[in-house]
Amino acid sequence: MNTLPLASFGGAIEFIFTPQDSNVTGGNKVGGFDKSLELVLKHLEVTALALAIALIVALPLGLYLGHRGKGELFAVGFGNAGRAIPELAVIALVAVLIGVGLKTVAPALAILGIAPILVNTYVGVRQVEPATVEAARGMGMSESSIIRRVELPLAIPTVMGGIRSAAIVILATATIAPLAGVETLGDFIINRNVYGENGLLAGAILVALLALAIEGSLALLQRRLTSDGLKVKTA
Amino acid sequence: MRTDQTRVRVLLAALAALALTLGVAACGSSDDSTTSGSTEGGSAGAIQSNPDNGKVSLTIGSKNFPEQEILGEIYAQALTAAGYKVKSALNLGSETVALKAVKTGQISGYPEYASTALTSFFGLEPEEVPADATEAWEKANEEFEKEGLEAFEPTPFASANAVGTTKETAEKYGLKTVSDLEGVSEELSLYGSPECPQRIDCKLGLEELYGLKFKSFTPVDIGLRYTVLEKGEADLSILFTTDPQLSAESDKFVILEDDKKVFPAGNVIFVTTQKVAEEAGPDYEKTILQVQEGLDLKVVQELDARVELEKETPKQAATAYLESAGYIGS
Repeated sequence: MNTLPLASFGGAIEFIFTPQDSNVTGGNKVGGFDKSLELVLKHLEVTALALAIALIVALPLGLYLGHRGKGELFAVGFGNAGRAIPELAVIALVAVLIGVGLKTVAPALAILGIAPILVNTYVGVRQVEPATVEAARGMGMSESSIIRRVELPLAIPTVMGGIRSAAIVILATATIAPLAGVETLGDFIINRNVYGENGLLAGAILVALLALAIEGSLALLQRRLTSDGLKVKTA
Repeated sequence: MRTDQTRVRVLLAALAALALTLGVAACGSSDDSTTSGSTEGGSAGAIQSNPDNGKVSLTIGSKNFPEQEILGEIYAQALTAAGYKVKSALNLGSETVALKAVKTGQISGYPEYASTALTSFFGLEPEEVPADATEAWEKANEEFEKEGLEAFEPTPFASANAVGTTKETAEKYGLKTVSDLEGVSEELSLYGSPECPQRIDCKLGLEELYGLKFKSFTPVDIGLRYTVLEKGEADLSILFTTDPQLSAESDKFVILEDDKKVFPAGNVIFVTTQKVAEEAGPDYEKTILQVQEGLDLKVVQELDARVELEKETPKQAATAYLESAGYIGS
């Protein structure tokens, strides 16, 4: 009886850099650095695309609703409901309706990102001191410049918090993309028959590293975007 | 205020950069056409009940998916007709669980695919599995015997991967066998499970043993294997030979004959222990071999269709098969 050996950390790291034997490939090697790099890049592409769609939808909507002080029930309600959507079911449904590939996977993943961005943007804008907004209005600023030049800058830490959650949840869920025509790092994780336990662990490690890298760079971006005045206050 | 504006610009620039990564994809052609029909097959000869068998209790198992449950039911009902006291346990999960149940005597036996037995129990690589059913069975039986087990002769049908396409595409390119793809496969897109590209009994075998190259390969969940053909996204899709759609929608989908035998023999062999076979007497093996004679590909596709598409229970489908083939009285 052959049972697959348990994964080892060393084995997984080796898998990432050097092609390994497999049971089902008739002697061809699997994994290795080129394959890992290819999947990492594809994974990042899918994540970036989905995050971009989520931002385009959720950021303006959150800013507008927050500015008008309307639609709290919608923004927060939709946001929370959005977290409960079973992503696999969404992808399956969209795949049946419009087919497979990036055009299915990216919008389906974007749905996951819309929720945190929308909620955080809405809440962030609502938290801005009404007096500050009044002062801006008193100086003769138009409503749209109040949003762009007063509310958004002041809401940046909260908004970025939402974007960071969105990026991480999209990145993590992009592992199911190989089921709908896009080869991401999920390939290593889903196809245990081909890549074995080490491949599975290698996929998980790479996804975790990407998550850390993205979290780190978005944190840097957030520091860059946050107004100095706010930094002093929170420091 | 000025620095805030700069920050907003940085944010907007970052957004724009993200938005620029947007891309689009599109796909092409194919539909369906008409013709075909189907009938139940099978060989005659009702099962004779033998009063001696009433002393023997058997438990027939199966793995937990429709085709297995139907097979389990067929064997269980046939053995009942032969006079045995039969119980069934038709939800044993994976082959590892099922084999363990046989070894520990929780079940008397269950149907297994010869290819699965060889690869998953005996560590053969898929390309080492004989494409010939009898050879595969003999090889599996050799291994089983070492462990006090025994496998009966294989069924006529084989459950395996297959290259499938729409009737329209098959007619357009004149495709009947996988070899017919030579010279045209470069224009055709292939869809299959995410592990297909690296499996020798899937795309890898098509490339290495048939020398085919495809325009593109797209990984999809196996649940979408017909959807991608239906929607015209895929020219070719990896299907299973016993898929119920192949009989229920035989006017739409066809599979190409594996003329170079890349896909290993997935004929079913009934796995039991030598001890049970001895105690149960000659009618045990005789009955099982008798009722599986009528199980050719078309019949199994139809039985799968009854359960998976028409929502009959495996029990109903099995009874219908046994009655229409004349093994038991209706």
